[in-house]
Amino acid sequence: MPFVPNTDADRAAMLAAIGAGSVEELFADVPSARRFPKLELPKALSELEILRELDALAKKNEATDSGAWFVGGGAYSHFVPAMVPALAGRGEFLTAYTPYQAEVSQGTLQAIFEYQSMAAALFGVETVNASHYDGATALAEAVLMALHAVSDRPRVMIPAALHPEYREVLATYLEAFEVELVEWTGPAAEAAKGVDSRTACFLVQWPDFEGEVHDLSGVADAVHAAGALLLVHVDPIFAALAKSPGSLGADIVTAEGQALGNALYYGGPYLGMMGATAKLVRKMPGRIVGEAKDKDGRLGYVLTLSAREQHIRREKAVSNICSNQGLVMLQSTIYMAALGKHGMARVARLCWDKAHYAAAELGKLPGFKVANRTFFKEFLVRTPVPAAELVAKLEKRGVHPGLALSRWHPERTHELLVAVTEMNTKEQIDLLARSLAEASK
Amino acid sequence: MNLTPEPLVYGLSSPGRVGVVLPESDVPVAPVPAWLERDTLPLPELDELTTVRHFTRLSQKNFSIDTNFYPLGSCTMKYNPKANEAAAAHPSWRNLHPYAPESLSQGALELVFRLQEILAEIGGFKAVSLQPAAGAHGELAGVFMIRKYHLERGDTRRVKILIPDSAHGTNPASCTMAGLEAVTIPSNAEGGVDLGALKAALGPELAGIMITNPNTLGLFERNIEEICRLVHEAGGLVYGDGANMNAVTGVFRPGDSGIDVMHFNLHKTFSTPHGGGGPGVGMVAANATLAEFLPGPLVVKKGAAFALATPAKSIGRMKAFYGNFAVLVRAYAYVRMLGAEGLRRLAENAVLNANYLKALVEKRWKVKYGRRCMHEFVASGDIAEGVHTLDVAKRLIDYGFHPPTIYFPLIVPEAVMIEPTETESKETLDAFAAVLDKIADEARDNPALLHDAPTTTPVGRLDEVAAARCPVLCYRA
Repeated sequence: MPFVPNTDADRAAMLAAIGAGSVEELFADVPSARRFPKLELPKALSELEILRELDALAKKNEATDSGAWFVGGGAYSHFVPAMVPALAGRGEFLTAYTPYQAEVSQGTLQAIFEYQSMAAALFGVETVNASHYDGATALAEAVLMALHAVSDRPRVMIPAALHPEYREVLATYLEAFEVELVEWTGPAAEAAKGVDSRTACFLVQWPDFEGEVHDLSGVADAVHAAGALLLVHVDPIFAALAKSPGSLGADIVTAEGQALGNALYYGGPYLGMMGATAKLVRKMPGRIVGEAKDKDGRLGYVLTLSAREQHIRREKAVSNICSNQGLVMLQSTIYMAALGKHGMARVARLCWDKAHYAAAELGKLPGFKVANRTFFKEFLVRTPVPAAELVAKLEKRGVHPGLALSRWHPERTHELLVAVTEMNTKEQIDLLARSLAEASK
Repeated sequence: MNLTPEPLVYGLSSPGRVGVVLPESDVPVAPVPAWLERDTLPLPELDELTTVRHFTRLSQKNFSIDTNFYPLGSCTMKYNPKANEAAAAHPSWRNLHPYAPESLSQGALELVFRLQEILAEIGGFKAVSLQPAAGAHGELAGVFMIRKYHLERGDTRRVKILIPDSAHGTNPASCTMAGLEAVTIPSNAEGGVDLGALKAALGPELAGIMITNPNTLGLFERNIEEICRLVHEAGGLVYGDGANMNAVTGVFRPGDSGIDVMHFNLHKTFSTPHGGGGPGVGMVAANATLAEFLPGPLVVKKGAAFALATPAKSIGRMKAFYGNFAVLVRAYAYVRMLGAEGLRRLAENAVLNANYLKALVEKRWKVKYGRRCMHEFVASGDIAEGVHTLDVAKRLIDYGFHPPTIYFPLIVPEAVMIEPTETESKETLDAFAAVLDKIADEARDNPALLHDAPTTTPVGRLDEVAAARCPVLCYRA
């Protein structure tokens, strides 16, 4: 059979060494009535056959490499340089596990340390952990962390325009605890005045789900004056262009790292990023790598501060997280190193310029109006006809104009969320504008 | 293994180097407001070849399944077929947006649906959600489901979850995150759940039990059906931790024995790569009692088409979108290459390999619970005066083997948890046992060899205590 090297002769020799008459005998502890059930499964395929079958299945999809796509909503089409999958796909990275044995895991450990360093620079914080499952779970765990760090404060202020699926994940994670989720709207600095002595944290999504980039000046001061923490969930490509959340006073920063060198893959695996100020590091969940020396003074890297974690603290751990998104984190590490200082800024700038060109073109169409004051690569357009109708009409010509907000908010029928990245050409943007004009006549 | 120190990316940086050339902009420049724009972006500047060599050299500082025997107990470090990677690399998976209309993502939805059906059949469950991203994430989903089940019935007293003392730390940590109280129950002399202690812990506050079968000692819980019956009679539910499912695919369906909800680790049993820490999938399966509580959305069939749907009493979402999809493609490819017969053979050979290795190892090394094991067994590393498990583990490295899991489970002193998996050959097992034999001699004759190990690696043993006392967690210019 595939992937098992034991021959019949091997098995016979091994059974003799064990002192068992048959392989079946090894399963004597399994209740006999339940042993060896007949499984109703499709017949086994060879490698050739399964790859052929999966190719046929994959082709039933229409991916972003065909047509003009302006769909975002927390997952973005960005360019992934060839070296990212080529290097991360090396078997020595791919088929290792959590670097418990530091001496034979220095490759993974140093890569994590480099990730922590570059992500910390991007976020403007002192420490970043070695990943969560995705942006939504990173955010949910950050809120739990804030609730633990600032004890006896049951109130959490979240933006009304938080990604709706993040909001759902947060609700799942907080369900067992008595936490008041209070939605804020309007300018962030005004809303932050609502932080009181019962509030644990004030959350900003930057930009928010509707694309708005809030001015954060004065926010941290108001939050901190009330003794609460400022949590900023940021787009990591945006962070290459904008002032860092840490420099604006954020105590905890989270992000969805998919945009940093990771393919769309129908929603996963993605990368939950979390960073915090040095003061909060011992409250932070997840793996953390630090420098260490051996007895000869050689520099190496180890998993550290593990007294926070489940394998040491069990029910008293700060989180249950064990396996994370290591390989996705590695891809983002390679991406940040490869693009570097100029490349990252360039990607951010291309997104900014193209999104602003698109918004200007769409804003000229009769009945269309861009709703944002400040935005980055995604913006909200009010449409003269229901946005869902536009999406359906344009789909037929291979143009995917964005997300109808009614998908999450049934009453918001005439709003379309449009995402533009460096992957979109001016031609595609012009086609989008033309197609929307025709479809809304 | 590459022993040459490799500088950090920052040490390789030189102003003006470019690793990736991006297209010229084809649109006008739009001004960025001054209040928003950052002054500097302190990231390195590397050319492409420097980047490639850097990460290639780093990779050469790892042990991995592709390069070394990696018998890390409870982690199922089996071979990850290259066909899985080829299957997942298809551009129509890679570039598929999660919010593509359902009509344009039928291939992905169909794959998820088929995998849900296959995994439900293997486990003996009614329904499956592939959303959880890791084992601990699946556990959390499962205990949320148990909690919600009791609350839906108006039974607000049930807050206690029983957990055997051999369990992974994620079990009690998941309970805490779900607002439930973890209650430890002891193991009996043969390494199973102590039924007397179990009975004593049942009561009106019982929410359920989390049980790993085979357990972390590598032993099958003979009383599994009795345990399920007792817990159910007391009004509780049974959570199955499927970390060790590799021992029993095609041999035993946990759902048949009375388990209500269970996670499988697709990155263990279903051969998807561990990636230096992840990503995994901790899919969660449920019987008729709990199927309606599964996290959503999952995929359903509507006529000829496939669609996303959330079960009626769902605990909600565990993450954004639908799960670690690319991992699902790999697991699907694997399970289709094996079929029913292959699944049984994999478990048989995993158990055969573990028992064979145990027979060789226990000639000299203590194995506290000595009965027939399943896919792994737990020895003790204190083979000689002054020698500890850590020393044995580090000495194994000098012979080219990744150490087993050590100091776990907690109920075995100086634990060495060895899981060879079915993809290793008899020759490899013989070589590993021979080295353990040699290390036992060294421990007696020249223990310094163990205490100083490893000496063949880029760095020796690192001072973890000092590292945690004054943590340096990122590069400082």
